[in-house]
Amino acid sequence: MKQLMLGNQAVARGLYEAGCRFVSSYPGTPSTEITEEVAKYEEVYAEWAPNEKVAMESALGASFAGARSFCAMKHVGLNVAADPLYTAAYTGVNGGMVIAVADDPGMHSSQNEQDSRHHAIASKVPMLEPSDSAECKEFIIRAFNLSEKFDTPVIFRTYTRIAHSQSMVELCDREEKPLKDYEKNPQKYSMSPANAIRRHVFVEERMAKLAEIAETCPLNRVEMDDTSIGFITSGTCYQYVKEVFPHASVLKLGLVNPLPKQLFIDFAAKVDKLYVIEEMDPIIEQHVRALGIHVDGGKDLTGLLGEMSQAKLRAAMGVKQPESDSIEEPLPVRPPVLCPGCPHRGLFYTLSKLKLTVCGDIGCYTLGGAAPLNAMDTTICMGASIGALHGFNKIRPDGANKRVAVIGDSTFMHSGMTGLANIVYNKSISTVLILDNSITGMTGHQQNPTTGLTLKEEPTYAIRMEDVAKALGIKRVSIVDPADLAALEKTIREEIEADEPSVVIVRRPCALLKCVKHKPPFKVETDKCKSCKMCMKLGCPAIKIENGKASIDTTLCVGCGLCQQMCKFDAIQE
Amino acid sequence: MTKSIMIVGVGGQGSLLASRLLGNVLLSCGYDVKLSEVHGMSQRGGSVVTYVKYGDKVSSPLVDKGEADYILSFELLEAARWLPYLKKGGKIVVNAQRIFPMPVITGAMTYPEDLEKKLQEKAEVTAFDALALAEQAGSPKAVNIVLMGKLSTMTDIPEDVWTAALEKTVPAKFLELNRKAFQLGREG
Repeated sequence: MKQLMLGNQAVARGLYEAGCRFVSSYPGTPSTEITEEVAKYEEVYAEWAPNEKVAMESALGASFAGARSFCAMKHVGLNVAADPLYTAAYTGVNGGMVIAVADDPGMHSSQNEQDSRHHAIASKVPMLEPSDSAECKEFIIRAFNLSEKFDTPVIFRTYTRIAHSQSMVELCDREEKPLKDYEKNPQKYSMSPANAIRRHVFVEERMAKLAEIAETCPLNRVEMDDTSIGFITSGTCYQYVKEVFPHASVLKLGLVNPLPKQLFIDFAAKVDKLYVIEEMDPIIEQHVRALGIHVDGGKDLTGLLGEMSQAKLRAAMGVKQPESDSIEEPLPVRPPVLCPGCPHRGLFYTLSKLKLTVCGDIGCYTLGGAAPLNAMDTTICMGASIGALHGFNKIRPDGANKRVAVIGDSTFMHSGMTGLANIVYNKSISTVLILDNSITGMTGHQQNPTTGLTLKEEPTYAIRMEDVAKALGIKRVSIVDPADLAALEKTIREEIEADEPSVVIVRRPCALLKCVKHKPPFKVETDKCKSCKMCMKLGCPAIKIENGKASIDTTLCVGCGLCQQMCKFDAIQE
Repeated sequence: MTKSIMIVGVGGQGSLLASRLLGNVLLSCGYDVKLSEVHGMSQRGGSVVTYVKYGDKVSSPLVDKGEADYILSFELLEAARWLPYLKKGGKIVVNAQRIFPMPVITGAMTYPEDLEKKLQEKAEVTAFDALALAEQAGSPKAVNIVLMGKLSTMTDIPEDVWTAALEKTVPAKFLELNRKAFQLGREG
């Protein structure tokens, strides 16, 4: 039976069919749906881990215990999990282990544009890259086989246009894999220097064997046609090449680490002109050039920035673009915004009003940095808000009462706790605001250790962040509802002026959660509106100025009441 | 021959469901189908686009400038924004609703005037009040299905294929509402 599937759904299907038993991941666009989808199969144990490092270590433990195991993360998540990855390369596996990493060229929903192939090369782990949903499923099964055959974790690389594109997938049955026996073997599983020195020899031998496999394995495919032009490519770039040059000869790589040699030399000899088309960094191109093969074009034509597309390929190759038309005037952009009723809005309005320096973090609340709130100074990576604030306050202690860190509930559990421990340990007088919206919001509502539910929706202990903060030695811990602007401002003013570190838990559930009941939309009594535009300072997409007066879009308003608190003339009513 | 449809709108308007319905319709017609979506941050009230491509064999999942046979827009400004992606001779179906983006709300820019007329000068445009029809069907959220109803009259795919796909795509408790929205879209 053929079905239309997202790349991520197809990966989940591949995990099911391959007999995978254990999945542990941390959500991150564009990888999240893999784990959500695989959790629907009863045969597979699946969980959200607090972060990618824990997820990968858990998957490695499950592999040692004899199961086929898996973890998924976005590209920046692989940085968090890099520590176990580089040594898992040494221990190898017992049951097969596959690590999915989803890159985000073009940065649709990310803070950088890193190319995860560098991690595969540096950690000396094989990497597979599919080009559509059918290959997502097929390559996952191949990845497990490769993992067990070569005693190695295998990285499975996707990115936005694979993960979030749908194409046809043929479904098959699950093949159960019995648990492998676990035998105590510290020489393999315990990487003390003496053992690791010996395992490094194995790692290098394994890479050499995999490089031989790269020459002949069906993951790498030569499609000879018109020999006047040839392309070496992989993944979604293969699809763009086929779109623009349907008759060209193509060497399509599915195994992107290690890369073949002879296969490149032979292909190059058969074509008149050779081009290497890849997204982000010139990894294949540099390898081909290092073999002494003449390349007629690569990154010099396509550049290092953003996503590839058929239009970008046509431009690079000097192919005429199709004609098109446009409206000849500047159109206002439509950036993403905090949703109507978002609990973060009141907080960022208050931070903006108090003119505080805000060390931000990763989540929906990063949008608090956009106009008109403009209440974010720094955004680096998961958990960085707390460390950045500490460093800032150590260097400029005088202004510490004008600075805060903001971090979400899931991000705090991911990597905020250690930063808070550092504030206590190294005595910086810092104020940390934990924005607790009771869910992992930006990635589309995933449970986390504070929500009281597991990935499979089973009830579990809900870790209370106020208890964590107190246990770490924070004496001033307060909880405030951001829907009450007066109370919120009072609390923040008190805490930033305190002469010891403090944590404020700013608690209200995400307005998009099904359990959140919305009130009827508010209305503007136009004759009372004095056009002061105070309500506009909230940056709510449901409020606009029409004929000089405020007006509320009743299809968008969810009745949060913030604008009513802003209005000094009682013009906004239920 | 590959055909391309773009579904564009504002994050939260239901374009993902529309594209999945369209995908199921094309799948039951026996085509090779590819869809491309963007999730995550850009969904939060931002400009969103979904690509749907079908034919004997589809390669790239993306639609680029000058390639779309149809642009289905949930909002007027978004139709104007994505106009360059329309093929010469392509068609636009647009919900004439205007949703102000943040730069307009903050007063940094103004919402362009007479967009419907300006679009008509450039392409074959069907503009109508899909929001009113959705509300008539029972929910303003059904704009996506109203637009699908309108699109269904412009293709030669039989109506029963669309309604069968609707049953497959939409949750049972909203089926009656969406059937009504689809019919209103066909007639409206």
